[in-house]
Amino acid sequence: MSEAAAASITPTRDMLRDAGLMAVVVFGLSFSLVGFKIEDVPGGLAILTRFDGVFFATALAFLGRIGVIMLREQRALPIAITALPTAVIILLLQLFAGDLDPERTYPFRSTVVNWSLFSVTLAMSLRAIWLTWHHGGAARSRDAREKAMDLVGAKVQDAARFIGPALLGFALILPFLPFADRRLLDIGILVLTYIMLGWGLNIVVGLAGLLDLGYVAFYAVGAYSYALLAQYFDLGFFLALPLAGILAAFAGILLGFPVLRLRGDYLAIVTLGFGEIIRIILLNWYTFTGGPDGISGIPRPTFFGLELSKRASDGGDTFHTFFGLTYSPIDRIIFLFYLILAMAMLTNLFTLRIRKLPIGRAWEALREDEIACRSLGMNPRNTKLTAFSIGAMFGGFGGSFFATRQGFISPESFTFIESAVILAIVVLGGMGSQLGVVFAAILLIGLPEFFRELQQYRMLAFGLAMVMIMVWRPSGLLAHREPTLRLHPPPGKGSVK
Amino acid sequence: MGYFLQQLINGVSLGMIYALIAIGYTMVYGIIGMINFAHGEIFMIGAFISIITFMVLSLLGIGWIPLALVIMLLATTILTSVYGWALERVAYRPLRNSPRLAALITAIGMSIFLQNYVQLLQGARVKPLQPLISGGFRFLEGGDFVVTLSYLQLFIIVLTIVLMLAFTYLINKTALGRAQRACQQDLGMAGLIGINVDRTISLTFVMGATLASVAGLIFLLNYGVIDFYIGFLAGVKAFTAAVLGGIGSLPGAMLGGLLIGLIEAFWSAYFTVEYKDVAAFAILVLVLIFRPTGLLGKPDVEKV
Repeated sequence: MSEAAAASITPTRDMLRDAGLMAVVVFGLSFSLVGFKIEDVPGGLAILTRFDGVFFATALAFLGRIGVIMLREQRALPIAITALPTAVIILLLQLFAGDLDPERTYPFRSTVVNWSLFSVTLAMSLRAIWLTWHHGGAARSRDAREKAMDLVGAKVQDAARFIGPALLGFALILPFLPFADRRLLDIGILVLTYIMLGWGLNIVVGLAGLLDLGYVAFYAVGAYSYALLAQYFDLGFFLALPLAGILAAFAGILLGFPVLRLRGDYLAIVTLGFGEIIRIILLNWYTFTGGPDGISGIPRPTFFGLELSKRASDGGDTFHTFFGLTYSPIDRIIFLFYLILAMAMLTNLFTLRIRKLPIGRAWEALREDEIACRSLGMNPRNTKLTAFSIGAMFGGFGGSFFATRQGFISPESFTFIESAVILAIVVLGGMGSQLGVVFAAILLIGLPEFFRELQQYRMLAFGLAMVMIMVWRPSGLLAHREPTLRLHPPPGKGSVK
Repeated sequence: MGYFLQQLINGVSLGMIYALIAIGYTMVYGIIGMINFAHGEIFMIGAFISIITFMVLSLLGIGWIPLALVIMLLATTILTSVYGWALERVAYRPLRNSPRLAALITAIGMSIFLQNYVQLLQGARVKPLQPLISGGFRFLEGGDFVVTLSYLQLFIIVLTIVLMLAFTYLINKTALGRAQRACQQDLGMAGLIGINVDRTISLTFVMGATLASVAGLIFLLNYGVIDFYIGFLAGVKAFTAAVLGGIGSLPGAMLGGLLIGLIEAFWSAYFTVEYKDVAAFAILVLVLIFRPTGLLGKPDVEKV
């Protein structure tokens, strides 16, 4: 798919052939999996057909391909003429075809898919109209877009001095804003947990350049450490938190020691395998971890010994009686929100500071060129090991928080998908960018949470978003790398090249 | 002795599935140096297309098993390879000159997408299939343990060996195979001497998907139940197999797959079933510590 030069126009015949090929491919893709559905019926399986879906998918692929080619070659007017009616037809089918056949919706059986298709076609025609209106429609080439986005990244990094504190300030007052209900705070806690994990993993992936696909293992070690310490030794959250972090870091050293001399992809598969091993052990060591039943009744964190519950357990005092407040169940949520905010900020502060220490510099140097580092007498394994175990430690902190928030943990929560999500946050945000992690976490975790009703489609859209963002911007949303040190500082502060 | 032999047979037929998937990983890695994370999902889609084809065939009244098997094989290889082609087109080609991590993220994204796509279209429940091939040869009937080589296992082993021979021929003797090996050595140089690099990479994905779809069919026949989640674990183990054999090396992938299958079978037979996956990964770590490039991989020399 080469970028078409501005002047060249694909002949109609080639365009039709291209679109025809696309239609054939979509037909091949959809024929079996969309065209037939295996249905559970009493006494076995039955097969249903839904060839209308195949038909509509193929037709739309044909039209859509023509539209994309025209849009790319700045022939915006024709696409405005074809895409708009397609959008209208989809809308009409969705709205009114139900009268013909109350059993289902058209063109596809799912309202969500219909509406998304409608919005895509509408967006396409609007863009075409906009392009026709302005400068005869010059869609930017990929390089131009990368450059423009890099500039945005640089500007955002430059403005990070303001954006960071502003975001922090917003987070600080969020629980007291009038629209902050329990749901919003829960989403906030979730997003902050992922931000913290993202920052923790950023030390490993972003700074030290080690591809870790099993970060969830350390998250699990942290969560189970706290749960088990609370269960067997009756330790409170704040006492168990450092221990959980140390245990997770120790797990990191244990894993890292033999495997850290492997090159990138081997490391990825070994860490992935380690993540699975931890999960399998948690699942099967029934007497210790409770196996698939998990551990329940994990104690909640206390506010300097004061419980945030309606009634204190034996001998304790509760938060609301101590301060003479009326009890409100949201107090605990607000406390958890501030707790994870503090933990996340600690992670951030740690990363920002350690980047300036010799060890942080060593990580970044190692990421750039391992051979050069070795010839300068650095010990790559120990340097990597520190990054790995410090990242693991923050994963362990995050895990402890997860355990205390949920009150119940089981191996179900620590699947590979979690590692993938955290890694996606780091990479999508732009490797090594602290603010990028925040934006990516809000985009990937926060937004889908608001669409809980579309439960079934949530992960589908999540996967699609990962692909689309990466194709659109391969180096990450806010990727822009400034040298940490310059021999000759650029003239004028804040000037961006 | 009988018990050992039985596990050997089971391990080999299991290993064949991993080997078929592992070839896809190792080929893609060899050419573009990326982990095709969504390859396990392609395997899963192959299994789903197989079961759908079988259901359609029985609806049409084609009940003669050999004919049904041939049609299933054809349908699943053709339709799944379209998925392989589309995967490369959507998720890899736009990112060929991008940071390697970017392609890994799109691959994981595609893997999540395809899993949920199949789940939405075909439902989350497991799909059972009655055994299509039953019976088998029995050995050592006089001993304390009767060894059975079922016709199904024989079918699996023969089919895989035939495919691998055809595949080895394809890589070593045909123009396409030469083009692939050239791309493996140097993409830019291969393009300069007139090899259509895009087409070669596309065909590599198609070939990988074809072999994975056959693995999907075999998995369906062997286990009789599939769901939308089977791709992950099979994919991870097949990748482990590819790394174990030395990634980028085709005989290595076959050997690695076979070894992983044998390790799993023997571990489940003599130790515990629960920890069979742990065993496979532990062996991988051990091999990588002592032979970082895998069993048959070539050591890569880093030049400065």
